[in-house]
Amino acid sequence: MSKIRWGWVAVAAVPTIFIGYFFVYPVIRILGIGLSELSIGASGVEARLLRVGWFTLWQATLSTILTFVAAAPLTWAVSSYEFKGRRLATALVTVPFVLPTVVVGTAFVALGWRESIGAILAAHVFFNVAVVVRTVSTVWSRIDPRLFEAARVLGADSRQVFRTITLPLLRPAMAAAASIVFLFTFTSFGVVLILGGFQYATLEVEIYRQAVTLFDLPLAAALAIVQLVGVSAALYAYSAYQETRSVSWALDSGSNRRPATGRTKLAVGLATVGTLAALAIPLGVLVSRSLAGSPYARMFVDDPVVGRPIAAAGNSLLFAVVAMCLATVVGLMAAAVITGRRGALSRWFDLVLMLPLGTSAVTIGFGFIVALDWPVDLRATLWLVPVAHALVAVPFVVRSTVPTLRSIEPETREAAAVLGASPWRVWREIDLPIVSRAALVGAGFAFVISLGEFGATSFIARPSTATIPTIIYRLLTRPGASSFGMAMAMSVVLAAITAAVVLALDRARVGDIGRF
Amino acid sequence: MRQKRQVVTTLALLMVVSAACSDEPTPGEQEGTPERITLLGHDSFIQTATAAGAFDAFTQQTGVEVALVAGGDAGTMVNQAVLTKDNPIADVMFGIDDTFLSRAVDEGVFLPYESPLSSMIPDELVTSDRVVPIDYGDVCINYDKGWFEENDVEVPADLDAFRDEAYGRLLTVEHPATSSPGLAFLIATIDAYGEDGWKEYWADLRQAGVNVVSDWDTAYFGDFTRYGGDSPLVVSYASSPPAEVILAEEPLETAPTAVLEDGCYRQVEYAGILAGTEWPVTGGQLIDYMLSVEFQETIPLNWFVFPVNEDATLPDEFVEHTVIPSNPSRLPAEEIAENRERWIDEWISIMEG
Repeated sequence: MSKIRWGWVAVAAVPTIFIGYFFVYPVIRILGIGLSELSIGASGVEARLLRVGWFTLWQATLSTILTFVAAAPLTWAVSSYEFKGRRLATALVTVPFVLPTVVVGTAFVALGWRESIGAILAAHVFFNVAVVVRTVSTVWSRIDPRLFEAARVLGADSRQVFRTITLPLLRPAMAAAASIVFLFTFTSFGVVLILGGFQYATLEVEIYRQAVTLFDLPLAAALAIVQLVGVSAALYAYSAYQETRSVSWALDSGSNRRPATGRTKLAVGLATVGTLAALAIPLGVLVSRSLAGSPYARMFVDDPVVGRPIAAAGNSLLFAVVAMCLATVVGLMAAAVITGRRGALSRWFDLVLMLPLGTSAVTIGFGFIVALDWPVDLRATLWLVPVAHALVAVPFVVRSTVPTLRSIEPETREAAAVLGASPWRVWREIDLPIVSRAALVGAGFAFVISLGEFGATSFIARPSTATIPTIIYRLLTRPGASSFGMAMAMSVVLAAITAAVVLALDRARVGDIGRF
Repeated sequence: MRQKRQVVTTLALLMVVSAACSDEPTPGEQEGTPERITLLGHDSFIQTATAAGAFDAFTQQTGVEVALVAGGDAGTMVNQAVLTKDNPIADVMFGIDDTFLSRAVDEGVFLPYESPLSSMIPDELVTSDRVVPIDYGDVCINYDKGWFEENDVEVPADLDAFRDEAYGRLLTVEHPATSSPGLAFLIATIDAYGEDGWKEYWADLRQAGVNVVSDWDTAYFGDFTRYGGDSPLVVSYASSPPAEVILAEEPLETAPTAVLEDGCYRQVEYAGILAGTEWPVTGGQLIDYMLSVEFQETIPLNWFVFPVNEDATLPDEFVEHTVIPSNPSRLPAEEIAENRERWIDEWISIMEG
C-alpha cells in the first residue's frame, strides 16, 4: 500500500512543483508588491472597474456560446462520419488558432469588420472554433455505435438518441471546451484592442493599461486579483459540475460510418465546406496579400532588420517541441492525479492548473521577473519562453485527457491490479492506450500554442531569439510594402506549419486502442 | 562514502560562494573588464540589433561580449527595470523615451553618467544627467500623395484643417493609452493649443469624424489608403516616407507618401546605466559606442529613426524623401509624467463621452 502512495506522490510532485514554482510563487510575489502600495479611494475607479468587469464577463460568455454554435455542424460531421478530407478539415480548422492577433486584425479591418462588438465576437469565434471541434470530436467519434443501435432498436428517433445518449456522454468534453474558450476570451487582449476600438476594454486590457502605461501597479494588482477570483469561481463551478456529471462508459476505437443517404452526404458536405469557407475568408485576404511582390523568395535572404526570416521558423519549431513535451508530460501527470483521486484536493489541483490560462500575461511576465532570481537566476534566460508557453498549454492537455480518463471504467483497472499489474503497468497498458489519442490532441494544441504565442512571452525579459510571431510583429512595426508583404507571407508559413503538424499528429498512434 | 560526498559538496558550495563574492567590486578599485555586458532594450531594437550584429564592433574593440535582452515594448521594459532595480537583469538599458523617463529616474533606476561624446549632441536633446540621448524620431501626420492627386483634393495646410469635416474624417490617429505615437500626437496638440484649447480641438476632431484605432500597425497597414484602407491621412513618423522607398516591393523613384510639418512631436530615445550593475565603467563604454559615428550611422536604416550625433551622415533616402520638422513639439519629461494620466483620461472622456 505504501509503495503505491509513494508512486502517487512522485507523479503529483512534478506538476505541483512546475505550477508552484512557475506560476503560484511568481504571481504571489508580484501581487504582493502591487498590493503593498495599494491605497483605495481614487474616485471614479470603481465605476470603471465595474463596467470593465461586466463587459469582460458578458463578452466571454457570449463568445463561448457563439463559438459552440459555429462549431456544432463541423463537430457533428467529423465525429459521426468518415469521409474524404475529414482529417484535413480538422487540421485546417486549427489554423486560425495559431495566427497572430494583429494579422487577423488587419485582415478583419480589410474586410470592413471593425470597431464593433460584432467584430470582437466574430474574431473570438474565428480563433476558438478549433478548440470545440477538436476537444469534443475526440470523445464524440469514439462513442460505441452499439449504444446508438441499441437505442434505435428500442424505438428512439435520432433526436431522442442525441438527447438521451450523445449529449450526456459529451457533456464533460463540452464543458472542457467551454471552460477553455471562456478563459481565452475572458483574458482577450489583442482582439479587443484592435477590433474593439477604444470603447471596449477587458480586465486584461485594463491591467496592461494600468501597469504598463500608467505605472499604477497597485491598481493593476487589484484588477489582477479581480480577474483571478472571477476565473477561479468559473473554474470551481465547472469542476464541481464535471465531477458530478462524469460517467464511465465504453470507448470505441472510433469507427465512423460513411454517410450513407444522399441527405446525410449533403449535410456533412455543407457542414464541412460551410465552416471551412467561413474561416477561409479572412485567411484568403491574408494569402492574397502575401502574393504581392516576392516575399516568399525574400524569406530565404538575410534582411538586416529581422535577419533571415525563415531561420526564425527553426527557432519556433524548437521552442514548440520543447513546450509541447513539457506540457504533455506535466499535463498527463496532472490528469492522472486529478482522475485518480476524487475529492476537494484534486478539485483544487485541477483549478490551479487551469489558472494560468485565465491570468493576465502582464501578471505572469512581471511575476517571472520579480520572483525567478531564486534559487538560480532564471530571469532573462531562453528557457523561460517554452516554460511560459507550457504554462498556457498544460490546461489544454489536462482538458483533452481528463474526460477520456474519467470514462475508463474503474473495474478495468481493478481487474488488471488483481491480476498482479503494478500501478505503472496498469497506467501503461490501460490508461495510456485509451488516452493517447486525446493526449495527442492536447499535445497538438500545446505545439500550436507555442508556435503562435506572443502575448505571454512579450512581458518576459528574454534573449533575442527570433520566432515567427516576433518577426511578424517586428515587420509590422516598420512601414513599407515589403515589410507588410513579408509579414503576411510569414503568417501563411505559420498557418502551413500548423496544418502540417496537426495533420501529422492526428495520424500518429500511440499503442493500440482496444475495445473493452 | 557518504561523508566523503558531503565534504566534496560543501567544498564545491564554498567555491561557488567565494567566486560569487569575489565578483563584487570594491569601492574605489578599478572594476576591470567583464567578459560580457548585458543590454536591455525594447523588442524592436533588440531584434534588429541581433540580426544586424550591431554590437560586433564593440566586442572587437573591447573584448567584451554584449548580451542582448528583449524586454517587450518600451513601457513593459521600463516596468521591468523598475521592478528589478535591486537586482537588475541588465547593466545598461536603451530605448526609454520622454513619456517614461521621469518615472524611471524618480525610482532611482539609473546611475548618473555623462558621456565624453555628449558635445556631439545638440543641447536641446539632453534633458537629464542620468541618461544619454541616442536617437530621435518625429511623430508626424503622413499623407498618401496618390490619393490627394487622384481625388484632386488639396493637402491640409495645418492641424486646424482637421476641425473641418472635409479633412477630419480622412484622418486616422492611434489611441494615446495604447500607442506611443498616439500619445505623442496628443501631446503635440496639447503643446500646440495649450491646456485651454486642446480639449476643444479634440471635440472638434471627434465631431469631424476622426478615426481612432488602437495602435500604429492597425492604423498604417489597416486604415491607410496606401494599404487599402479608407484614410489618406494617418499619424505615423517623419521617417515613414523614406522607409516606403527603401522597403518597397518594386524600386521607387519618389516616396508615395509625405509628411505634414505641422503637428509633429519629437520622441527621443535614451540609454542609461542601471543602478546595481557591477560594471558601470564598461556600461559607460557601451553607451559611448552607441554615440560613436560608426554606430550612429547604422541607426536610420536599422530602426528608421535619426541619429543624435551631428557628425553622422544620413542615408540619401532620408535626405531626399522626408523633412526633419524645423520646430517639432517637445514637452519636459516631468510635465508629461505629471499630466499624462489626466490627459489620457480627459481625452477618453472627450472621445467616448
